[in-house]
Amino acid sequence: MGWLCGWRCSTCWRVECSKRTLREQVSENRRTLLRGGRVVDPVNGLDERIDVLIEAGCVASIGDQAQHQGDAAVVNVPGGAVICPGFIDMHAHLREPGHEYKETVATGVAAAVAGGFTAVACMPNTRPVNDDAGVTQLILAKADAAGLARVYPVGAVTRGQAGEQLAEIGELHAAGCVAVSDDGKSVANALVMRRALEYASMFDMPVIDHCEDAVLVGDGVAHEGYHAGVLGLRGWPAAAEEIVVERDIALSELTGSPVHLAHLSTRGALRAVRAGKERGVAVTCEVTPHHLTLTDEQLATYDTNHKTNPPLRELADVAALVEGLRDGTIDCIATDHAPHHYDEKQAEFDRAPFGVIGLETALSVCLDRLVHAGHVTLGRLVEVLSVNPARILGVPGGALTVGAPADITVLAPDLPVTVNARTFRSLGRNTPFDGWSLRGGVMATIVGGRTAYVNEAVADARVFTGVR
Amino acid sequence: MPSTVNPHRGVADVPKTPVSVAPGLLDEVPRLRTKDLLSIADLSADEILLILDTAEAMKEVGTRSIKKVPALRGRTVLNLFFEASTRTRTSFEVAQKRLSADTVNIAANGSSVAKGETLADTVLNLEAMAPDMIVVRHASAGAGHLVGRLCKARVINAGDGMHEHPTQALLDALTIRERKGKIAGLKVSIIGDLLHSRVLRSNVLLLRLLGADVCVCGPATMMLPGMSRLGVRVTNSIDEAVEGADVIMLLRIQLERMDGYFFPSRREYFRLFGMTPERLSRAETDAIIMHPGPLNRGVEIASEVADGPYSVILDQVANGVAVRMAVLYLLAGGVQ
Ligand SMILES: [Zn+2]
Ligand SMILES: [Zn+2]
Repeated sequence: MGWLCGWRCSTCWRVECSKRTLREQVSENRRTLLRGGRVVDPVNGLDERIDVLIEAGCVASIGDQAQHQGDAAVVNVPGGAVICPGFIDMHAHLREPGHEYKETVATGVAAAVAGGFTAVACMPNTRPVNDDAGVTQLILAKADAAGLARVYPVGAVTRGQAGEQLAEIGELHAAGCVAVSDDGKSVANALVMRRALEYASMFDMPVIDHCEDAVLVGDGVAHEGYHAGVLGLRGWPAAAEEIVVERDIALSELTGSPVHLAHLSTRGALRAVRAGKERGVAVTCEVTPHHLTLTDEQLATYDTNHKTNPPLRELADVAALVEGLRDGTIDCIATDHAPHHYDEKQAEFDRAPFGVIGLETALSVCLDRLVHAGHVTLGRLVEVLSVNPARILGVPGGALTVGAPADITVLAPDLPVTVNARTFRSLGRNTPFDGWSLRGGVMATIVGGRTAYVNEAVADARVFTGVR
Repeated sequence: MPSTVNPHRGVADVPKTPVSVAPGLLDEVPRLRTKDLLSIADLSADEILLILDTAEAMKEVGTRSIKKVPALRGRTVLNLFFEASTRTRTSFEVAQKRLSADTVNIAANGSSVAKGETLADTVLNLEAMAPDMIVVRHASAGAGHLVGRLCKARVINAGDGMHEHPTQALLDALTIRERKGKIAGLKVSIIGDLLHSRVLRSNVLLLRLLGADVCVCGPATMMLPGMSRLGVRVTNSIDEAVEGADVIMLLRIQLERMDGYFFPSRREYFRLFGMTPERLSRAETDAIIMHPGPLNRGVEIASEVADGPYSVILDQVANGVAVRMAVLYLLAGGVQ
C-alpha cells in the first residue's frame, strides 16, 4: 500500500507538495503490527480489540488479515491502551516566525506529539503575518526539519491581518495553507468577510473566524459578569462574540461557503450555531478545553494564566458548551495553544497578553473532565479531536482506513497525570491547569507510521519505542 | 492551583515584642490575620471593628501637641504610587510619620517605571531593600495582588484600578460610626459612577459585612453586572435612593467618561444624579453627606450640599489619617 501515501509530503501530506516525499520512502516496506489493542475509530465503526498493520507509513490492513503478516515487527499493545486515529489540533499558535521567544515550530510540534496530537494547524498571527507564500514555506520547512507532528499552516484572510485587502489566498493555498483566518481578531468588515468566504471556497478552504466585535469589547479583559464587576476588571461581553457569530452564519448562508467559528465560549453563540446547522448552513465550530472546564470565578486571584480571549465565561456557558459537545453542535475541540513568555504573563491582569497553552494538557483535561465525568464517550472525543478537524480542514486522517496515513494516538485512559508546567516541551508555561491531577493521558504518538512520542512515565509504553 | 495561591496569605505571625501605641491603651498587640490588605474581603467583621476602635485611639494622637508615637520606629514603609494622588498619599505619609516609621515615597514618574521597567521588576528591586510594608496605588485592578505575591513585605492597597480602596471604606465607616453611633441597620445610599468606582466596591463589602442596609444608584450605563448578588438594592432613581437615607455617599464622576458614551453631558448628569438641597430633603433629617473627593461641584454634588451642615467630607479626611495609622499599626503587629 506504500504507494498510496508515498507520494505525499511527509509534513503537510499534500499530494501536490512533491518536494517532500523522500522521508516517506525511508520507511517503505517496513511493517509493524499493532497487536491486540482496543481500536476506537468512529468512521469505521470500530470499538474493539483488533490488529492494525502499518506498512510504509500507512495503514495496510485492519483485523484478521493483519495477523498474517509474518515478517512484520510485532508490538503487543498494552492492555489498557486505546488506539485512535491521530488527533488534529486545528487551532494553535506556534509563534514562528517572529516570536520565537514564546514558541518555535520545533518546540510546538514537540509539545503537540507529547500531547497526543499527530497534526497541528497554526494560526497566521506571526511576524511577519502568514499572508504570503514565503512565510508558509518557512513554517513548512521548519516543521519538516522538526519532523514530529504534521503542520498545517493557516493563512491570513487579509493582508497583514489588517482587515482591509484580501491576502493572496490562491497563492497561500498553493503553498500549503489549509484554511484562512485573521485569528487574534475578527474580520471586522462584513463585506470583506463575505468576499473572503466566496473567494476561499474556490480552493475548498474554510474561513476560520475569531468572533469578537472589537468596538463592543473595547479594553475588556474578562467576561462581563458578576465576577469581573466585583474584581474591577473591564468586561468583555458575551454579546460581542454572539453578534459576530450571527453575522458569520448569515454570511455563510448568503454565500453558501463554509465558515468555521473558532473557540466559541458562550451559550448564545452555541444557540446561533445550532439554529444555523438546523437550517442547513455550512457552519462548523470548535471549543477549547479551558472554556469547557473553567469559569470566570477563577479570576479571583488575578492569575494571568486565566486570561484568555475569548474570556472564561460563566457556569451556564460551560454547561451549554458541554451539552453542545454532546449533541453535535460543536464539531471540534481545539486548544488555541497560545504560548507567552512568563515575563509577559507576570504582569498586571489588564496588561498581560491574552492566551493559555493547551497542547500538552488538552487530552488529559478532556479525558478526565468530559469522558470520565460521563459527558461524552471516547468515540465522541475521537470525533471532535480527529474525525471532524480532518474533514473541516480537508486533510488526511480522522480514520484508520486502509491506505490512510498511519497517524495514531495511543491513549492511556486511566493513567494518573499530575500537570507540571515545568516539564512541558512547549516554551510556554502559561497554563491554568498547573498542578491539576487528572485521569487519562497519552501513551504514545505515531505519525506516518513512526513513533514521534513515547510517554516515559508509562512503563508499558516502551513497546512503542521501536515503531518506525 | 499552587501557582496562584499567595504563599503568605493566612500566615498567623505572632509578634515577639508587643509595641505600645499609647501607654495602657493596647496591652496586647492585636493583629490582622491577613498578610496584605488588598480588599475588604481580607477582613472579618471583628477585624474591621478592631481597626475602627484602634483608629479612634489613634485620633487622640492627632490632638496632642507632639503628634507622634514610637509604634513603628525602625520600620520602613514604601509608598509606591503609580497613579497621581495627593490626598491618599499625603494621608498615608502623615499616618506613617505619626507612627515614627521611616517613609519613602516612590512616584511612578520619578522612577524606573517611566523607563519601561515592569511592575514585577520594580517591586523585586524594592523588596531587595527589605521594606516592612508597601502601600501601593496602581491603575490596574489586582496590581496589589501581584505585589503581594512577589514580596515578603506587607502590602496595603491604596487603590487598584476599578477594584478596591479598602482604607477609604474603613475611614468612611469610622466617620459614619462617629456620627451615627453604629453602622448596623443604617440605610446607606451610594450614588454615582458605580462601575468605575473602587470606593464603591470596598464600601459595599464593608457596609454589608457590618449589617448596613445598602442602596446603590447610578446611570444604567455605570452598573456592575449582577450587583444585587452583593446584597444591595439597585436603582436608577436618585429620589428613590435618597428617600429615608441615613447616610448618602456620593461618588466622583470622571468627566472623560462622556467619551465612552456613559452619559451625554455634565448638565444632564447633574439633572438626573446630582445631589441638590431639594433632593436631600427626602432623606432622614439628620442624614449625613459623604464624598471621597475630589469634588466635581455642580456635577455630582451641588455646592450648597457640599458646604452645608450635613456634609462630613472634611471629617472623612481627618479620619483618613487615623484609620491608616490603625491599619499600619495592626498589620505591622504581625511583622516579626
Ligand atoms: Zn482567536
Ligand atoms: Zn487563536
